[in-house]
Amino acid sequence: MTQPVSTSTPSASAGGVLAPSSPAKRRRSRRKFSVLTRRDRFTLLFMVGLPAFIHIGLIWVPTIASVVLSFTKWNGIGGLEKIQWVGLQNYSQLATIYQPFWPAVQHNFIWLGTFLFIATPLGMLIAVILDTNIRGSRIYQSVLYMPVVLSLAIVGFIWTLMYRPDMGFINNLLVAITGNQSFIKSGTAIDWLGDHNLNLWAVLVAAGWRHVGYIMVLYLAGLKSVDNTLREAASIDGANARQTFFRVIFPVLAPINVVILVVTVIESLRAFDIVYIINKGLNGLELLSVLITVNIVGESSRVGFGSAIAVVLLLISIGPIIFYLYRTMREQPE
Amino acid sequence: MSASAMSPAVRPTTPNAATPKKVKHHYGTHAFLIAICAIWVLPVVWAVYTALRPFGDTANNPRGYFSVGGAYNLDNFFKAWQDAELLQHFVNTLIVAIPAIILILFFASMIAFAVSRYSFRFNIALLMLFTAGNLLPQQVVITPLFRMYLALPMVKPLSDNGIWYDQFFGLIMIHLAFQLGFCTFVLSNYFKQVPREINEAAVVDGASVWRTYWSVLLPLARPALAALATLEFTWIYNDFFWGILLMRTGDKLPVTSALNNLSGQFFTDYNLLAAGSIIVALPTLIVYLALQKQFVAGLTLGSTKG
Repeated sequence: MTQPVSTSTPSASAGGVLAPSSPAKRRRSRRKFSVLTRRDRFTLLFMVGLPAFIHIGLIWVPTIASVVLSFTKWNGIGGLEKIQWVGLQNYSQLATIYQPFWPAVQHNFIWLGTFLFIATPLGMLIAVILDTNIRGSRIYQSVLYMPVVLSLAIVGFIWTLMYRPDMGFINNLLVAITGNQSFIKSGTAIDWLGDHNLNLWAVLVAAGWRHVGYIMVLYLAGLKSVDNTLREAASIDGANARQTFFRVIFPVLAPINVVILVVTVIESLRAFDIVYIINKGLNGLELLSVLITVNIVGESSRVGFGSAIAVVLLLISIGPIIFYLYRTMREQPE
Repeated sequence: MSASAMSPAVRPTTPNAATPKKVKHHYGTHAFLIAICAIWVLPVVWAVYTALRPFGDTANNPRGYFSVGGAYNLDNFFKAWQDAELLQHFVNTLIVAIPAIILILFFASMIAFAVSRYSFRFNIALLMLFTAGNLLPQQVVITPLFRMYLALPMVKPLSDNGIWYDQFFGLIMIHLAFQLGFCTFVLSNYFKQVPREINEAAVVDGASVWRTYWSVLLPLARPALAALATLEFTWIYNDFFWGILLMRTGDKLPVTSALNNLSGQFFTDYNLLAAGSIIVALPTLIVYLALQKQFVAGLTLGSTKG
């Protein structure tokens, strides 16, 4: 600490300028911590109020507005008075005649499933291995974490270089292995990102490439925080590596497991950049996030309809968010 | 592949080696890790290799991009830098990121200080609201937000068209609003670990609330602020979504969002695409390599405390 606190001028209101009606409050706050002067109260109100105002105004007001607008029809042209109430019409159209909707829901769930059952466990497995003080652990960590600092848009570009049918690494590797030129000839080459049966999986490999490192770092930090005596006790009791992990370490790490679960779910629902940069999220790469975006940009924006999709996304994400808050806040000391 | 990393007898000799049973698995484990790491660096190495080669060499070679030989130079990098006006977009990113990071850390530390050092009735509710807001997918808010940005007025120096849309100011504000949640969460946990006596000592010395925050607790939080600044820089630099939706003027796009417009231009020339990707990836890679500790610390401060 550099500045001596004692030199600060006692605030002007320190003495008798306390609000006359405040003795009760004053007693209460003294019990907890100290006397707050009126100026201090204003300061605190400002310190909490300004950030909260910005956060609520730009995040929660639009979230609620999304819900409200989802029951309306509005093309965004003209004032708010042009908004018409249409009840559940947007939702019924979404479920029945809007063709990309169900594929997008399906793709979001495939995305989530792949992350949850393949990428996340792989990241956790690597973290467990690296936690054993294996030689070169730092180097392995650096390499595996490297994709995480790249944006998903760049990841999309870099993997396009791998996947291009004629010039990409994978098809050229197939040629090198088999000696068969048909793997890069147009017509016979595998179009990893163009074929709508394949491209979601190809993109998931690229997105998983980034996700594994993220989970690894989070889990590694959790593992490092585990008391070593637990491991020693388990090993004295004759537990093998697998038993030690599943019966001792994993249960102890419940808080970090929650973080990992929530991060995985939220990242899967947020996925947008990588499919948008590859093909604007069309032809096999539809996601809810993309559908929301295409309905608001452009001349004939469908505000109500886009909001209805946003509400679907909100409903899917609200469960994990509440679960996370419940687990986190329960552990807060206060 | 580096055989040295597989060197035998790498038995950890630390006295408290947590897991002696791992010893017998070493060869297999290293083989697994090296294989994974090879797969991990492959796309980046491939991009660098492609970027170093002229289009003509690769396009005319019968073995195509798998060939070796020919020229290796930085021409594609210069061309990508020029054609895509990357300098302009890098500057745009800094115009958004620097004020945003300062404001995020300033506001987040204020609210974290207030909720962690003083008891309000709404403390927990407020923290929950912030944390939940940080976890919401951005797409949930974008439809009304887009309309708000078209309608909200803003004065001249901050906005040249009178509204929030298509302005650096607007981008800064949305980053601020969204990132406040995470930073508040991290910093409030950080402040909670600072002994209460420090506050009390400051008050005894007559310090106001502001003085206690600014001169006592904020300096103590420097390590956490450094870690968060590193992390936030990467996140804001990597933002794609807000840039393409809340900006329209192509010249004002931050670099990551600008990739969207460049894709059409780059996709015809594969080597150029590779070079452009590397250039845009470079700043975050450098930040990561230089400040790896801060980076990981920032992430894990947020998670292990949760």
